[in-house]
Amino acid sequence: MSTVVPEVASAPPPVRGRAYERLRGRYWLVIVGAIVVVSAVRMITNADDVTSANTIRAAILSACPILLAGMGGLWSERAGVVNIGLEGQMLLGTWGAAYFTYWYGPWVGLLGAAAFGAIGGLLHGIATITFGVDHIVSGVAINIIGLGATQFLAEAYFSDLENGGPRQLTGLDPLPYLTFPHLSDWLITLNGHHWFVISDVAGFLAALTARVSVLTVIIAGIVVLTTWLLWHTSFGLRLRSCGESPAAAESLGVNVYRYKYIAVTVSGALAGLGGAFLALVASSGFVTNQSGGRGYIGLAAMIFGNWQPGGTVGASLMFGYTDALRLRTPSAVHALLLLVAIGLLVYSAVRFWRKHRTSGIVMGVLGVAFLLWYLLTDTVPREFTGMTPYVVTLLVLSLASQRMRMPAADGQVYRKGSAG
Amino acid sequence: MNILRRIAFALLAPVIAVAIAMAVTSVVIIATGSDSGIGDFWKIILSKPDDRVLVDIVNQTSMIYLSAVAAAVGFRMGLFNIGVEGQYTTASFAAASFAGAAFLPGFLNVIVSLLIAVVVGALWAGIAGILRVTRGVSEVISTIMLNAIAGILVGYLIDRYGIHGGNSVRTKVIPAGSQVGGWSPFTSADGQVWTLGLLAVLVGVGFWVLLNRTTFGFDLRATGTSRTAAVASGIKVNRMILASMLISGGVAGLIWMPAFFGDAYSYGTTFQAGLGFTGIAVALLGRNQPLGMVFGALLFAFLTAQSNSLTLLTDISASVVQITQGVAVLAVVVAYELVRRYRVRLEQHAVAGAPVVAEEVAA
Repeated sequence: MSTVVPEVASAPPPVRGRAYERLRGRYWLVIVGAIVVVSAVRMITNADDVTSANTIRAAILSACPILLAGMGGLWSERAGVVNIGLEGQMLLGTWGAAYFTYWYGPWVGLLGAAAFGAIGGLLHGIATITFGVDHIVSGVAINIIGLGATQFLAEAYFSDLENGGPRQLTGLDPLPYLTFPHLSDWLITLNGHHWFVISDVAGFLAALTARVSVLTVIIAGIVVLTTWLLWHTSFGLRLRSCGESPAAAESLGVNVYRYKYIAVTVSGALAGLGGAFLALVASSGFVTNQSGGRGYIGLAAMIFGNWQPGGTVGASLMFGYTDALRLRTPSAVHALLLLVAIGLLVYSAVRFWRKHRTSGIVMGVLGVAFLLWYLLTDTVPREFTGMTPYVVTLLVLSLASQRMRMPAADGQVYRKGSAG
Repeated sequence: MNILRRIAFALLAPVIAVAIAMAVTSVVIIATGSDSGIGDFWKIILSKPDDRVLVDIVNQTSMIYLSAVAAAVGFRMGLFNIGVEGQYTTASFAAASFAGAAFLPGFLNVIVSLLIAVVVGALWAGIAGILRVTRGVSEVISTIMLNAIAGILVGYLIDRYGIHGGNSVRTKVIPAGSQVGGWSPFTSADGQVWTLGLLAVLVGVGFWVLLNRTTFGFDLRATGTSRTAAVASGIKVNRMILASMLISGGVAGLIWMPAFFGDAYSYGTTFQAGLGFTGIAVALLGRNQPLGMVFGALLFAFLTAQSNSLTLLTDISASVVQITQGVAVLAVVVAYELVRRYRVRLEQHAVAGAPVVAEEVAA
């Protein structure tokens, strides 16, 4: 996705060595700081739902499908193919998951979802790689086909089933859950004490130790595997070279078309798995148009995360967290205002520190506005929480897009033999 | 001869695409093994529409066409305004709220409401335009975000300020004096062709004039064809981006207005969502050409309207036409690319003085 207009995309080369270590140290600092701030906000506002185990669990549930779509986007864009068809591929995945789970059980259901998503990805690949169609155009078409196909297939295959209907299929066998009984109980008790920092960390860990779906664990594995494959193997280097400079890759003997096809197919399969998460884990069954825009949000999360796995995870969790908070108590939603205000003010200070006056002022003013909003009101309309991730994405993109770096040949059509 | 050949080439791709779309649809229906045969399906889809359905097709065509033009204004200069959906949602809500408040009498109310729709749609698109021009944020991602924000924002506003009744909520109904009905070609039970559907004709002609008879249109097409060449020839690309985003959003604001003043009279459950994405598909199908999009809009409206009788007469789901529509869009872009490559080959052959196959193709 061309977030950055080419002429401003000249970023410094990736930092390695000692500077890299320092950067990594700073990430830990940021994480610890964030935990302390969140905990302080919870103490000040008395909104215990901000870090309760239930909220975190709901946040992870909302984040997982977005993360899978984001990982799908990462695969395909790292190979230079913009995949806006993630939404349609995800929808195909929801149907595949429902159909195969109904007849063959949830494990085959997962495979079915991935296979159906992969078909959508392959279609995108045929259009964009072999036929050189514009990537956005093909993606839009795939989204239309995905929506139509799932509705049509649902009506054709689910109407006459028990628990089924022309638009839904419930009563599917669930995937197993993992629970560490004593540990999680202890953590939940700890969470209930509302101690500074300790209870917040306990809430987070409690959500990770009780009723964790196997698919969530698989997703964590996929993230690790993706990072390793794309950044630490020669396969990944070749794949990413297709997204940076396909002509150079081809001149070095890389089969550009093959790598792009692999990337787009995997991309579709991951989006399909995201669909499976929606149908099998996040809700009690399949309904038509279940993805509700999560494919697009996943793409946004990937861009927000600067085409990096770690960033994508962070952005997905942010989307998931605000989504979860929206559905919980109003006081937690109100507390979020203070959190956003503090975040903006800190960011503003950082910008000033780095001598970016303008953006520092913009962020500072916004931060003060949020602070006033928090101080002068008692409740916030739920809808505003739902809006937060989108507004934040826009804000961050508009302030940081110059520092983001997408694959250099992302979204460009490459024809075999162009290297001469 | 040359003209014949050009027409043949222009028609080749759409004809191939529609044929592929029909073939894929047939395969899908046969593969899922419905009780009603494939013959029944095409008989129903290709039958002469009822009077009521005809009226519906005309009305839908006008709205889809407006949406397609909105998308095409951006597409023609390589700008992907995916946000038509959000732009016409906010614009429709703003216009409906203003019209419902009835500050102005009768016809004046309609005019000002239409203007408000245009302005709000343009402003909503303008956010993406400004972010693109000043901060380098891709319009694809910002318009996707703005679509989501628009949906939530309008949902909130209507919940807060709308009129609640039963399970639904809507804006105030506009006074009878401000309703713009239409013309009943058949009996009144068959519905009316909305007068404001003429907006589509106006916008279509306006789009053609803008593209082909103004400097702005020339700059627009030049920028879309080659940005570097445009910059070199002194076109201010940033201004073009902002202007075309505003025009695109302004046109998007009008999309739902024929239905609003002709039939719905208030914004609520009657609002027809999804037209923004349909418009994008139709713009692609019609090659962003003023005339091509007319056929595209007609095809989409026709398929959707005809599919409604499928549910009554067969066990085939009406959503199968969405597969037809999506495949048609994909097939048409692929077909254009193939025809283009074929033409390039023919030209190369012609230049090389090889025996020309082109004569047979053109005939």
